[in-house]
Amino acid sequence: MGPFVPDPISFELNLVIALLIGIAFGFVLEQAGFSSSRKLAGLFYGYDFTVLRVFFSAAVTAMGGILLLGFAGLLDTEAIYINPLWLWPAVVGGAIMGVGFILGGYCPGTSFSAAAIGKIDALFFIGGLFLGVFVFAEMFPAWEEFYYSSAFGPVRVFDTLGLSIGWFAFLLIVIALSAFAVTSWIEKRVSASAPSRQFRLRPHSIAAVATVLAGVLLISLPDRKSRVLAMVTAAEHLAACETAFMTADELAFRIIDREPNIQIVDVRDSAAFNSFALPGAMNIQVRNLFDKEWNRLFARRHVKKVLVAEHESDAIAAYHVLDELGYSNLAVLQGGLPLFKQDILSESTHEAVPLHEDVAEFRMSARETINKLIEQERQKPPAVEKKPKKVIGGC
Amino acid sequence: MEHRTTKYMNPYLAGFLLGLVLLGSIFITGRGLGASGAIKDTIVSVVSGIAPEHAAESPYYGPLIADQEHSPMKSWLVFELIGVLIGAFVSGLISDRLGFRSEGGPRIQNKTRWMFAVMGGALFAIGAQFARGCTSGAALSGMAVLSTAGFVTMLAIFGTGYLVAFFFRRLWI
Repeated sequence: MGPFVPDPISFELNLVIALLIGIAFGFVLEQAGFSSSRKLAGLFYGYDFTVLRVFFSAAVTAMGGILLLGFAGLLDTEAIYINPLWLWPAVVGGAIMGVGFILGGYCPGTSFSAAAIGKIDALFFIGGLFLGVFVFAEMFPAWEEFYYSSAFGPVRVFDTLGLSIGWFAFLLIVIALSAFAVTSWIEKRVSASAPSRQFRLRPHSIAAVATVLAGVLLISLPDRKSRVLAMVTAAEHLAACETAFMTADELAFRIIDREPNIQIVDVRDSAAFNSFALPGAMNIQVRNLFDKEWNRLFARRHVKKVLVAEHESDAIAAYHVLDELGYSNLAVLQGGLPLFKQDILSESTHEAVPLHEDVAEFRMSARETINKLIEQERQKPPAVEKKPKKVIGGC
Repeated sequence: MEHRTTKYMNPYLAGFLLGLVLLGSIFITGRGLGASGAIKDTIVSVVSGIAPEHAAESPYYGPLIADQEHSPMKSWLVFELIGVLIGAFVSGLISDRLGFRSEGGPRIQNKTRWMFAVMGGALFAIGAQFARGCTSGAALSGMAVLSTAGFVTMLAIFGTGYLVAFFFRRLWI
């Protein structure tokens, strides 16, 4: 499942990948005509809307691809880099860039693709880029406060607008296609040599219809996480799939035995976990079972993953999530934690049916040992909360 | 001001391919494309090479140097931008567009064009620092991952472009 950085792709290999991606990027920019400042500036004067066509097609393609890969479970969409928002710096910075675009005729990426084929004006633009960063950095104290103002973090645009991700994607596709149609009409009126005069209508309208259909599809796609979570709690699914259980006695025996090939996974919330936890248990809530960081743990096939929760049904849901994700050797603690506490950990065992002598004896010794282990773990300082490794990015 | 008639790729096809490159980058490395960041990384390493004390004390360079595990020149974006130069050169070679020339509007002299190019580049770089990225890093890659920052930056760049285009029309038409 992507992304593959920082794991398993190393830092050095990632630089090689950067070079290869750059080559593809530069090649497409040049083929699209972005190495021509006159073509780029045409966007603002209506004689050539190539930039808008390329830019929006690319954004829509990449966005649709990310959503589809996320749906198929091939890309962990929560691990990719979302550039954080500093609202007013973004508005002011964007405005400054807009003026720079008109004066200079390039943006940074396109100026490099233009310089590569010998455009002299692009070399001057690049010189200006270096000058600009230097001036910005040297004068930084003057605008430091503004630079860090109105921080909103990595917010997503559909949340900002209060739409679902699928509907926003569909809306963006419709906006892009309308912009293509309107700008082609403008372009033909403004310029006798407009690129859109050469377009053949048929293939373009087929592509447009296909894109709208893809957009309709995106509305109905939930992400994989919500899909799996909805499925595992459905009654039909539970009836159709078997669940392996482990009794409180067996779990107690394995804990006392200090069996290495067992891992207790506690799916309750962290408050409940912090007030009481079985020895050696890990706290992972059902939503977080999908995270890539647990892959190594769950993938160890010889280790039995015992899922525990307050209610047995929560542990069963977790069981089927892991089953759906392709992990094996799982078990659910029968009766949930309350039964374990009652049978094993608490003093008063008023059984309706008198227990077999051996069972009673075992439970008594287990009570003592396990309670001691729990007490020992409580003495330990609480584990430092590990932050998931995030992908770095941004300009 | 030479006028070239070499045919470019269909813009929608080019956009689709550019989208696939961006998607590939996000799928493999978890991050999108960028350009202005590479300039920043280069400036940081040049300044810290020439005046290390000044760089370490600076409120802008300081954290950037301290955060880096590796030399700033060993940055992802610097390698990517070297790739851009190679890829664009190959494309120009294939489509017969190589050659030293300048471009600009029909009513403008080369020297004026160059002067405005330097000014435009400087403004673009300053704006990209405030917005934490340029058209590639903030606007395009940001839009692909549906970040609000990407859309705000994109609207600000192109909106302002249209607002001021009229006043600089002598440069281009």
